[in-house]
Amino acid sequence: MSHWIITPVVLPAMLAAILVLMVREHIVVQRALSMAGALALTVISAGLFWQASDGTITLYQLGNWPAPFGIVLVADRLSTLMLLLTTVLAPLVLLYAMGSGWDLRGRHFHPLFQFQLMGILGAFLTGDAFNLFVFFEVLLIASYGLMIHSGGRQRLRAGTQYVLYNLLGSTLFLFALGTIYAQTGTLNMADLAGRVAELDPAASAGIRVAAVLLLMVFAIKAAVLPLHFWLPDSYAHAPAPVAALFAIMTKVGAYGIIRVYTLVFPPDLEITQGLFDVWLMPAALLTLALGMIGVLGAARIDRLVAFSVIGSMGLLLASVSLFTPEGIAAALYYAIHSTLATAALFLLVDQIRDGRGAAGPMLVHGRPIAGGALIAGMFFVAAIAMTGLPPLSGFLGKLLILDAALSSPLVWWVWAVVLSGSLVAVVGFSRAGSLIFWKAHQEGPDIGEADPQTEPEVEDETVQPDSTKGPVAPRPVTPMVAIGGLIALLVALTVLAGPVNRALTATAAQLFAPAPYIELVLTTPGKKIKDDTHGDEASSHDTGAEVEAETGEDH
Amino acid sequence: MELLIASAVGVLTAAGIYMVLRLRTFPVIIGTSLLSYAVNVFLFASGRLAMDAPPVLRDGAERYTDPLPQALVLTAIVISFGMTAVVVIIALGSWLSADDDLVDRPAEPRETAQ
Repeated sequence: MSHWIITPVVLPAMLAAILVLMVREHIVVQRALSMAGALALTVISAGLFWQASDGTITLYQLGNWPAPFGIVLVADRLSTLMLLLTTVLAPLVLLYAMGSGWDLRGRHFHPLFQFQLMGILGAFLTGDAFNLFVFFEVLLIASYGLMIHSGGRQRLRAGTQYVLYNLLGSTLFLFALGTIYAQTGTLNMADLAGRVAELDPAASAGIRVAAVLLLMVFAIKAAVLPLHFWLPDSYAHAPAPVAALFAIMTKVGAYGIIRVYTLVFPPDLEITQGLFDVWLMPAALLTLALGMIGVLGAARIDRLVAFSVIGSMGLLLASVSLFTPEGIAAALYYAIHSTLATAALFLLVDQIRDGRGAAGPMLVHGRPIAGGALIAGMFFVAAIAMTGLPPLSGFLGKLLILDAALSSPLVWWVWAVVLSGSLVAVVGFSRAGSLIFWKAHQEGPDIGEADPQTEPEVEDETVQPDSTKGPVAPRPVTPMVAIGGLIALLVALTVLAGPVNRALTATAAQLFAPAPYIELVLTTPGKKIKDDTHGDEASSHDTGAEVEAETGEDH
Repeated sequence: MELLIASAVGVLTAAGIYMVLRLRTFPVIIGTSLLSYAVNVFLFASGRLAMDAPPVLRDGAERYTDPLPQALVLTAIVISFGMTAVVVIIALGSWLSADDDLVDRPAEPRETAQ
């Protein structure tokens, strides 16, 4: 059994411990280690992705305990794809955090960053529902720390809301898991798939409740319409590199939906009929509409980008809720695209916020940004990608989704909402872009400062004091390199759309044929468990396995 | 026994939701704690209730209680305890820096584009 699969979980965990315990006073060492760790993760994930790219599914049994007794990690195409996406994003975000000095504005940025990575990567890899909950909590608790990194009144207030909302989400997750366990007696996802399929549809109230509860949990993470309230404030007030990393967090919710509802509650399962076409699809379309309207109505550039995240999640989930292989493949392409585009936009927003002095993030006439041409150009490209105009990947992603929607009975709804949403988003982004970059030059440099009403009251305590007055020293290069890297990835995603799309189609096909996955997880032998009289009753789990061990097995 | 557990979960959840919907952080945190108690009891009951039975399988044991939910509950307790500690600290920080403990944000002075 190869141990590489567990390294994306173990490496950041160990590294975070080293960072916080041994080198906490040495920022240079911290930066070097953190970056080295992130790059190593990229390499490992690329290796795992390559390994899974021919369709092999690799299983890792923790402590060598066989499923369903032990926890398993499973690396299939979808998991490794999300792994690779996360670990490509992470070094760039880290580079930006170092270049812009965000990691110096509070304590423990790097350890928290590593813990966050551990949680995200673990959530993508695990094949066990309760373990998924644990990894969700790991990534959440790290995100709480990152969210309020460097403090400030607005940020703490937004952080409190964010934490409370997610705390309620976690409670819901536990209720869902409890219901599932009560109905099926297992929490291993592959085992669940078999047992849910055997349930009698006539007596399935419990498992249906569980399916809906679980969907709500993932919908909270993915910011679907009635459950999106946590997102705009949190993302707008989070430190820029953190907001950029959070771009992958909403995708964790989408991943959860894709994984659980192709494996455990597959689309042709009788007891969960109607969950997607009746409930998720309209919710996703409303989310898309709301996000785009928010883009148009936002008074601040950071909230504008946050709403565009909601919109893109709506589009992504609309495609997911088609639950056809084409829909999932299109959704995955769009997920990669929107992660990169949102991250780039959040980092650009930070540059804009810092560069505009008193006007800060407000969408008002401010003074021009020093070195604004480059930022303006990048904002232009990222906004084109985000709104889905040709020629960038957003357009291709949207096209794939529209194409996949053709088979759905709701096709006209999807087309209407997606296309008019795009129009609204284009208007919103061009309004913001022209206010920030063009009008500034037209109306002179200091309107933002001259008008006291436009001055935000200590909006962002983290703005460097020297950047609030007078034209500025040349900007550091590293942040621009990081943003440039993200945009280069977007271009690469566009140019390589053909091969990428082939890989994603294969991924979707693998998801819709879960039999090899289930067979691999359930039939791979592990450590031998002694057969006792009640052995078949104990559909058990990690600690269950340990209890078994105490009854006479050696470890 | 079933009635007692079920009504305990119900009452705790109802009280928790009521408290969570309050405006200030202190009642809200109490509410999330109540909800986490409710979910712990619920998880505990998810392996079926068995009185006076050992949780471990042994040769010849006549009856036993499912050990897995107990392990799940332990994990859930640890996590919710940690999370509550975190939210208390963040809420304290927010209170100290903003001079009030309202959960929702005060209406921002809205700067619109001229």
